[in-house]
Amino acid sequence: MAQMTMVEAINMAHAWEMASDPSVVVLGEDVGTNGGVFRATVGLQQRFGKSRVQDTPLAEGLIAGTAIGMAAQGLKPVAEIQFMGFIYPALDQIASHMARLRNRTRGRLSCPVVLRMPHGGGIHAPEHHSESLESLLCHHPGLRVVCPSSPARAYGLLLAAIRDPDPVIFLEPVRLYRFARQEVPDDGQALAIGCCFVLREGSDCTIVTWGAMTVDSLKAAEQLALEGVSCEVIDAGTLAPLDFETILDSVVKTGRLLIVHEAPRNCGLGAEIAATVGEQALYDLLSPIRRVAGYDTVMPLYRLEHDYIPGVARIIDAIRATLAE
Amino acid sequence: MSEYRTAAHFDIAYRACLDADGAALGELPGWAQDGELLRRMYRMMVRARSFDTKAVNLQRTGKLGTYPSCLGHEATHVGVGAAMHADDVLFTVYREIGTKFWRGIDMLDVLLYWGGDERGTLYTRSPQDFPFCVPIGSQMPHAAGAALAIQIRDQRRCALAFIGDGGTSQGAFYEALNFAGVKSLPLVCVIVNNRWAISVPVSAQTAAATLAQKAIAAGIPALQVDGNDVLAVRDVVGEAVERARRGDGPTVIEALTYRLSDHTTSDDATRYRSTEEVSAARRLEPIARTRSFLQARALWTDADEQALKAACSDEVEAAVKQYLATPKQSTDAMFDHLYAQLPAALHAQREEARRYAAPGH
Repeated sequence: MAQMTMVEAINMAHAWEMASDPSVVVLGEDVGTNGGVFRATVGLQQRFGKSRVQDTPLAEGLIAGTAIGMAAQGLKPVAEIQFMGFIYPALDQIASHMARLRNRTRGRLSCPVVLRMPHGGGIHAPEHHSESLESLLCHHPGLRVVCPSSPARAYGLLLAAIRDPDPVIFLEPVRLYRFARQEVPDDGQALAIGCCFVLREGSDCTIVTWGAMTVDSLKAAEQLALEGVSCEVIDAGTLAPLDFETILDSVVKTGRLLIVHEAPRNCGLGAEIAATVGEQALYDLLSPIRRVAGYDTVMPLYRLEHDYIPGVARIIDAIRATLAE
Repeated sequence: MSEYRTAAHFDIAYRACLDADGAALGELPGWAQDGELLRRMYRMMVRARSFDTKAVNLQRTGKLGTYPSCLGHEATHVGVGAAMHADDVLFTVYREIGTKFWRGIDMLDVLLYWGGDERGTLYTRSPQDFPFCVPIGSQMPHAAGAALAIQIRDQRRCALAFIGDGGTSQGAFYEALNFAGVKSLPLVCVIVNNRWAISVPVSAQTAAATLAQKAIAAGIPALQVDGNDVLAVRDVVGEAVERARRGDGPTVIEALTYRLSDHTTSDDATRYRSTEEVSAARRLEPIARTRSFLQARALWTDADEQALKAACSDEVEAAVKQYLATPKQSTDAMFDHLYAQLPAALHAQREEARRYAAPGH
């Protein structure tokens, strides 16, 4: 079995689903001849033809809106937005139409679209190439927002996203595209959307995180284990709708909760998780819920990006503070 | 000294079949020999206006929400409907009831939609058509996407999108046309230039001499048509539809008409335009013109007119009765079609909504 990176696993999931379902069509900027700026779609146009892998003009709103019209005609578009920082022109189409078409036609028309995009920073990219904007999307009813944290989960969740009858925003952590290799069987097996993944079991504190921050959270848990602190690390996996059952079960077990995300703290998804745990499990908590998040600043240019992105040290300190209370 | 030469030439053709009084301007298109088709088009225009008049009255008496009248647009809307094939896909803004009626959408559907009920978008007789589109211009990429799907599957169909004069200022309009040009998509775009985007006249919307010429930048053939001339609209849109269905690419048609009504029932057009302008426009309104044309050809009689008015009135009254008797949806309706299957996380909210459901209409 091949060892592969996340971007290779994403490419493999595209190929599997395109081979098995002729209604799957790929579109976006530079996805054809060039295979995508991160090479996520490399080779697909050669294999499946120009009709099924379409290079579009440079217009994100058009890409999202075109995918809606295609989906309503029975195709399954998998569209790439080149970087999440460029999502803003597409938000009108996503919020006003993609998320609503099924509801506003009482189920007559639907939008089985996957909108893929790189998420987060940490690769020394230019301005506007490192944003973590999941809260903008999670706020809209009718969408699913998915964020994998390993090659195997990227493969399984992308297959699930393409097969989902509703629109899925698929966030790909750029730092993890080529971060680690893993064996990923090309078996067409999808993972369930809407379920958290418990990446490490523990008893003293629950860490809920997603995307690239799972790597830092696992490192922090490993280091704390040397001091005898047992952390449970949960990868949310699907950010909307969120699997609160798994999170609440874990918090009831550990009595402590730290939420870690790269996006700014203010109105971040961490706030929603903290509020829900506060509403439903306050009396199971042994200490206040804490958040480690990106600062409420503009994502800096790359010399400061690792000062912006929460690292292992901030996570460890937050856990220690939680345990000290 | 170096010379300047012309790099490219463009012009915009204008098409009309009837003069202001409904007399033929020359030889009519061959399809216009079909008297029954002409009568059907006229009947649909009157049907749309009868409905429209009643809908405005319903709003005034508190029985309908905000409603955008189609008064004056009937020739454009019906001409487009008559030019399309049943298996084409329609993308409208929110005023085009003449086109929707032609495609089998019921008066009840339109009343339910503007009466605050999503069931007004069920469109059982044209199940691929999109519902009304309120965010201006945002329907254009959907139409391009549908056209791309048609092209990918090598089908002989097309997508047809309406947009207003104000809509041509939106980026989505140009983005969709640009894409349609690049891919030679089976797309027909009808710009309904009714001169006013709420209070903003076309002269404040663009410095371009025509709206049709915006298509030239996208490499798409474009022309203007008298939008109050149902024969001309049916003719040019029909040619564009056949061209698209053959796989010969997109066309943009600017239909020149006039919004004789307020923008919606919430608007007061006397705040921004003169009664003289509206009166002058009313002299060119499409229904009287079409009727003169039909009567001159002995295709329509006063008895036909009386029978049509009575039939429309009966139909409208029956639709209104049905609309007013339709109970509101249960609160589950907010959740039922949000996703194919409601995520578990929303079950508790659906229960809460049931517990606090407001009574009545």
